[in-house]
Amino acid sequence: VQSSNRNSKCFFHFGLCVDGVTQRRTNRRKAPGRTGAEGKRQGKKTANMDVDEDEEGEQDETPNKRRGANVRKPTKKHGGGDEDEYDSEDKAPRRTRRAAVSKKKRGRPQDSDEEDSEVEKGKKGKKGAVKKGGKEEEGSMGKKGNAKGKDKGKDKDNDKKKKKKDESSSDSRSDSDEEEESMSEGEMARLMEEVEEKKKLIANIRNKPWRMKRRLTHLKEAQQFVDKFEGALGKGKGRKWYAYKVMMTKKWIKFQRDFENFKTACIPWERKIKEVESHFGSSVASYFIFLRWMYGMNLVLFGFTFGLVVIPEVLMGLPYGSIPRKTVPRAEQATAQDYSVLMDFNGYCKYSVLFYGYYNDQRTIGFLQFRLPLSYLMVGIGTFGYSLMVVIRTMAKNADVGGGDGEDGEFTFAWKMFTSWDYLIGNAETADNKYASITTSFKESIVDEQENQKDENIHLRRFLRVLANFLITCSLGGSGYLIYFVVKRSQEFATRNDLSWYEKNELEIIMSLLGLVCPPLFETIAELEDYHPRIALKWQLGRIFALFLGNLYTFLFALFDEVNTKLEEEQAIKNASQLAMNEYYSNYSRLVNETGATPPPMDPADVIRGPCWETAVGIEFVKLTVSDIQVTYLTILIGDFARAVIVRFLNYCWCWDLEAGFPSYAEFDISGNVLGLVFNQGMIWMGAFYAPGLVGINVLRLLSSMYYQCWAVMATNVPHERVFKASKSNNFYMGLLLLILFLSLLPVVYTIMTLPPSFDCGPFSGKPKMFDVIMETIEMDLPAFMGTLFSYAANPGLIIPAVLLMVLAIYYLNSVSKAYQHSNIELKKKMQMAREEEKNRRNNTDSTNQVMKDLEDLLPNRSLIPPTPPSERECKQGGVEAKPTKSKPRSAGKGINLQKDVALASPNPNARGPVNRPPGPRGPGGTADPGRGHRRGPPLS
Amino acid sequence: MGNKQTIFTDEQLDAYQVMFLCFYCRLHSRYHELAPHLVPMDYTNDPDCKLPLALIVNMPELKENPFRNRIVESFSEDGMGNLSFNEFVDMFSVLSEMAPRELKAIYAFKIYDFNVDNYLCKEDLEKTLNKLTKEELTPEEVELVCEKTIEEADLDGDNKLSFADFENMISRAPDFLSTFHIRI
Repeated sequence: VQSSNRNSKCFFHFGLCVDGVTQRRTNRRKAPGRTGAEGKRQGKKTANMDVDEDEEGEQDETPNKRRGANVRKPTKKHGGGDEDEYDSEDKAPRRTRRAAVSKKKRGRPQDSDEEDSEVEKGKKGKKGAVKKGGKEEEGSMGKKGNAKGKDKGKDKDNDKKKKKKDESSSDSRSDSDEEEESMSEGEMARLMEEVEEKKKLIANIRNKPWRMKRRLTHLKEAQQFVDKFEGALGKGKGRKWYAYKVMMTKKWIKFQRDFENFKTACIPWERKIKEVESHFGSSVASYFIFLRWMYGMNLVLFGFTFGLVVIPEVLMGLPYGSIPRKTVPRAEQATAQDYSVLMDFNGYCKYSVLFYGYYNDQRTIGFLQFRLPLSYLMVGIGTFGYSLMVVIRTMAKNADVGGGDGEDGEFTFAWKMFTSWDYLIGNAETADNKYASITTSFKESIVDEQENQKDENIHLRRFLRVLANFLITCSLGGSGYLIYFVVKRSQEFATRNDLSWYEKNELEIIMSLLGLVCPPLFETIAELEDYHPRIALKWQLGRIFALFLGNLYTFLFALFDEVNTKLEEEQAIKNASQLAMNEYYSNYSRLVNETGATPPPMDPADVIRGPCWETAVGIEFVKLTVSDIQVTYLTILIGDFARAVIVRFLNYCWCWDLEAGFPSYAEFDISGNVLGLVFNQGMIWMGAFYAPGLVGINVLRLLSSMYYQCWAVMATNVPHERVFKASKSNNFYMGLLLLILFLSLLPVVYTIMTLPPSFDCGPFSGKPKMFDVIMETIEMDLPAFMGTLFSYAANPGLIIPAVLLMVLAIYYLNSVSKAYQHSNIELKKKMQMAREEEKNRRNNTDSTNQVMKDLEDLLPNRSLIPPTPPSERECKQGGVEAKPTKSKPRSAGKGINLQKDVALASPNPNARGPVNRPPGPRGPGGTADPGRGHRRGPPLS
Repeated sequence: MGNKQTIFTDEQLDAYQVMFLCFYCRLHSRYHELAPHLVPMDYTNDPDCKLPLALIVNMPELKENPFRNRIVESFSEDGMGNLSFNEFVDMFSVLSEMAPRELKAIYAFKIYDFNVDNYLCKEDLEKTLNKLTKEELTPEEVELVCEKTIEEADLDGDNKLSFADFENMISRAPDFLSTFHIRI
């Protein structure tokens, strides 16, 4: 209670001062100011008490020491540096004004002091209103300073007091004049300005690199000032408004942060991928990012296909069993529901919306007049169009990112070291992940760095690389020939019936053997090359891709064989059924003697039908995809999981260390997985036209594979021996995907444009070509002029110029981009050079450039004037040394700032020099700084 | 703060309030929670109480931080990690997202300066790196990284990082502000 009483008393007293005695205090600015910061160390109460005493003392003194006023100015000037410590920026303008005054004064001889003080008084009178504000804050500063001073010793205190009184006395006279003046407009404005400044200080005080105590003091001063004068200016509500504004800003920031979090949370599997990345490095994560991207694209394709083809057919098309193509034939009905048949996508599966053959060739279906055949063709083509667009757009975007902030930043390691730990982490699990990811990223950078530092035998390396490429080309050629040979043999076998099991499955066996043997072989050979793992991965991807192309070739070859035989068969059946129909009609008309016969009353299941090659192709693709899924998942289960389990648990009872020794744990096979994904997508693109359901299957596959592989990687794999950073843009994957997209585009477009559709199944049945459905639509649904427009557009005379124009545009854009690339590289070089130069300049030694050092002796002036080398050298060094300081005032300033701040926070503040010195350095021997003492001394003594 | 009310004089409260508004109250309750028997709720007397490093380091915000001891030490005035409430507020205001980059850089420098010699020398960097990676890198790798770091950031060629070097480097770091930041 007592203390609070005292506080309130002090506060009250303070108020009084503001009202009455403030003027005198104005002038105590400097001396207490210098010690203000230290004064804060004392208890508040003592400080206040000291103020009380002080003031009483001051009032007692007779205000007649005029000279003090003059003294104050110069000292103030000298003490400017110290003042910085407590002075906030808002005082700066006033200070400069004062400084100007004092400067003027210093120029004059000492005996004209009287005059000067008069001049100053006049000035002060003008500034009266402004000063009133200043006084207050100085008052609060002063009390602390006094406290300190008192602490230090009586004599010093007296010194200070005297000085203060000097100052105050001089001012009190002028102040008496001021009192009578009223505030003019300009003063008002100035006052307001100052209030604004104070307010700004309050707002920014959090951002000042000060210790808490100092901030509090400043804040209090500023606040009191604002409190007092804001009321006078009629702005009393400012504080509340400010608080409200601060609160709203905070709310807004919080909202933004939440929104960001929400957005991140909306990215699917972000956390899963981050977790994988933190343990396995960005290269493995790049696979998962690619997988996620693929999932997104397939989701869109799925939306198109199901929304525009499958669902309309299910909702509005004829139901199952209504027409022959939607019914299982009588012969197959017995086994149509067997599990094995369904797993082969025969039986009910074959005659469902999943496949091409189920769709009817009605021009429009349902009450919406939905043009299903047209929609089917458009979706088929649109799938390719959309995929192309997305792939190319992603590639372009990635390239942009790659060019933006270069891989080789100047502070790779420094930034990793100082900014990679996220101080927000408060969760043990996240922290563990972060440790792992930091370690991984360091390892990645170390691998890069080691690669840079590697000095190698270039000839040996080149030889080895050529050798490796030769070997790989040989094995690729060999496997290509093997594939070609086997395919030819299988064509021979196709005509024979007496085949052994091996001969029947020869092609598949050879293909899977190649797929099994070649990638590890390539990897082994690639070790000869000793590339950086990132580049090695690219080579590996390219080589296996070439191998898999053979796979694709055999598959397509077999498929086209099948399609051709089916087409022949179909032709025969078509002829036969037409013959039968004709026969039926002629018989009918002959027997019943009526024309306009009704079609034969047959059950749809009994109708003779063609083989429907489109459905066969679709089934082929679906089967392939499904078997691919099975193989992939089983490989992971056996190759990774079983291996990991065995290694882990058999290790307890085995002769050698399984974990470190031979089988060890599996590494994640990036190249195999990426290529698997790419080729699978190729299958989807090729098959989607003949089996709309394939897209749905693929979406499920990607979805499950995301979870399954994430789990498998985390549970069963170990990180690569050399964790390497994936290139920022996974454009290489995208490039492969684009290639596959083109390759799969070709056969589909070929079939659409050239092969005749089956006569009795699918949406285009009965038309000579599939794309005729477009012609039909143009003719029948669009107005006539559109038809002519299209015919003009299809005119070669128009198409050829258009193609020419496009080629020209491509050429132009290409050269422009090359020019940009060039200038980009130039700029990078320049930046690098500038950096080097700066570094050199900062070095105190004359040069870090070894070449220049060596050449120094050859410099003409040196060799020509032998007698003066030392002085010249000195000059030179001086020049070099002077230059940096001149060129880097900023850095120098920083250094000073740092010193100050470090000093502020140094463990023992009493160790600081200036603190121990008496605040008033007027004493004869008490000056550590002769310059200062000297300057202050004369006027006083 | 429960049903107990912290008592400050008007002046004190006012000053703190503008600066931190409710942030401050939360901070004090956190400070109080750390050692309910040591920290008074009554601030009228300007009590001089300090909490030892061991208590502060166990705050959930700092518990997982590899540099927790250094953080607390560099904010304590005695260098031993004893924090008064003012220093405690200091710490969290520097680490808040409102603090400017320069201020953060100063304190980051102090945190990473393990041997308090106002330079980040190799020894400091090694300590930092080992804390960051839980000592999973081999000595050669540590050596390489430290050398590279100094090489990258050292502008004056004295083989250690002064604050000017550090500031120059950190002012260009894209995610320094977002990572050097604690929410409370």
